[in-house]
Amino acid sequence: MLLLALDTATPAVTVALHDGRDAVAHSTVVDARRHGELLLPAVDRVLTRAGAVVGDLTGIVVGVGPGPYTGLRVGLVTAASLGDALGVPVHGLCTLDGLAYAARDGGLTGPFTVATDARRKEVYWARYDDAGARVTEPAVDRPADIAAQVAGAPAVGAGAALYPEVFPDVRPPAHQDAAALAALAAGKLARGEEFPPALPLYLRRPDAQVPAGYKQVLPK
Amino acid sequence: MADEPLVLGIETSCDETGVGIVRGHTLLADAVASSVEEHARFGGVVPEVASRAHLEAMVPTIRRALKDAGVAASDLDGIAVTAGPGLAGALLVGVSAAKAYAYALGKPLYGVNHLASHICVDQLEHGALPEPTMALLVSGGHSSLLLTTDITSDVRPLGSTIDDAAGEAFDKVARVLGLGFPGGPAVDRYARDGDPKAIRFPRGLTGPRDPVYDFSFSGLKTAVARWVEERRREGADVPIADVAASFQEAVTDVLTRKAIRACKDHGVEHLMIGGGVAANSRLRAMAQRRCADAGIELRVPRPKLCTDNGAMVAALGAEMVARGRSASDWDLPADSSLPVTEPHVPGRTPATAPGHHH
Ligand SMILES: [Zn+2]
Repeated sequence: MLLLALDTATPAVTVALHDGRDAVAHSTVVDARRHGELLLPAVDRVLTRAGAVVGDLTGIVVGVGPGPYTGLRVGLVTAASLGDALGVPVHGLCTLDGLAYAARDGGLTGPFTVATDARRKEVYWARYDDAGARVTEPAVDRPADIAAQVAGAPAVGAGAALYPEVFPDVRPPAHQDAAALAALAAGKLARGEEFPPALPLYLRRPDAQVPAGYKQVLPK
Repeated sequence: MADEPLVLGIETSCDETGVGIVRGHTLLADAVASSVEEHARFGGVVPEVASRAHLEAMVPTIRRALKDAGVAASDLDGIAVTAGPGLAGALLVGVSAAKAYAYALGKPLYGVNHLASHICVDQLEHGALPEPTMALLVSGGHSSLLLTTDITSDVRPLGSTIDDAAGEAFDKVARVLGLGFPGGPAVDRYARDGDPKAIRFPRGLTGPRDPVYDFSFSGLKTAVARWVEERRREGADVPIADVAASFQEAVTDVLTRKAIRACKDHGVEHLMIGGGVAANSRLRAMAQRRCADAGIELRVPRPKLCTDNGAMVAALGAEMVARGRSASDWDLPADSSLPVTEPHVPGRTPATAPGHHH
């Protein structure tokens, strides 16, 4: 088995290959403005590093967000297109779950919160229990509005680090690493567990102003 | 001919998810998923709504195009995609998909220019593009006069709108008249029952000292709104058909007059008209008559090939393959303001043999 994992729902453009036992290659570049340019070269790079070709892939895992939409879509459409062209399954995973998995892997114990930057002074966030299981649906909120819900537990992710008054105890990792997403997916596959669909978690409706009638040009 | 390049083209610069497949100058498939109805209630294209729709429609539209064309993805000689200009987030969905398909299938990727694609699509309708060709591109996003001697390498802008695109003027006038969005087809429909000479609306930038090839539709749009408001203020009925016909007459008069002037000034005997407004029946009729009078051969593709579609991107991609142009690199950006003078975005290393891939 050779699983390609990728995630573009945060400033990190991150790609990894997993052979069912280990992540055999990975690449993470943090650049919030160039997801579209960086992703495919990163896929090519990890395959080359692993001595594999794209035709060797047996499945694809993609972070479905939540995350800023433009970047998020780069990963999702890339995964869907690779999956269709190669005829391999595409599995979705919540981006926040990847960060949670990496944090636990790094030694974090007890309940915690994962928070990524949602811009506009908001965070995408979810809470996890002491077994690392997500206990809330991913949501987008102003940090001050969720202060009571996240108080008393450490927080993971670059979004948390932006708001020290709400998240005073921030733990690594700051950024998503597809190797964690790949390991999480490999475990789920081995256990025969279901994946969420590889569809975007936008959490907000599209910004769209309905024009208020046409502009009158004659003086009133 | 089986040895002509078989290319799949992806277009997502605005609100249509288009996937076309061509073999040389032959159209094999033209699949389009439009989000226009989702935009109608906003009275214009909402970029985020368009981008979301592109993501949903991308893989199904590619599958449909391959099925319609009756070809296997593995048989393709290349994958072309609109790299710009257009809505940044919308373009990015198509560019990312094109890269993934090209990479997975081991095919060269061609990031091409949306405007050059609008011109090149005529090869699917009328065969090889004459060199040189004058092109009048008119849509909700563009109003340009372009001169091309080689659609893969030489597109020269002669003029463009200094304010609104022609299609925007149609949308705005339709809104003034309460005809809904998009405005082009509605105005065209009402105008059929109207008198184009009923109201003499202004012809922008047609004075002796005005730029010869540039357009302006903002003043016209305002003049129409003013005229309609005055009638309403007097409590009079607004003759919608006459307003639509007279407005449409002003737009098409300026467009065709300037296009023919450009042909004559540059000694060009072929005029092609593309873009969504090229579907307008009055523009087609007036251009036909004026070109005939001027001894110019007019080429206008069927309406479905004038609006945004993937076939036009595939057509230009096929021409890139046929002429041995360099493929694009895997870090090809979506460039919302890609200059019209760049028909495609070549990679940093020159083309190797046909079938070049990474
Ligand atoms: Zn267009």
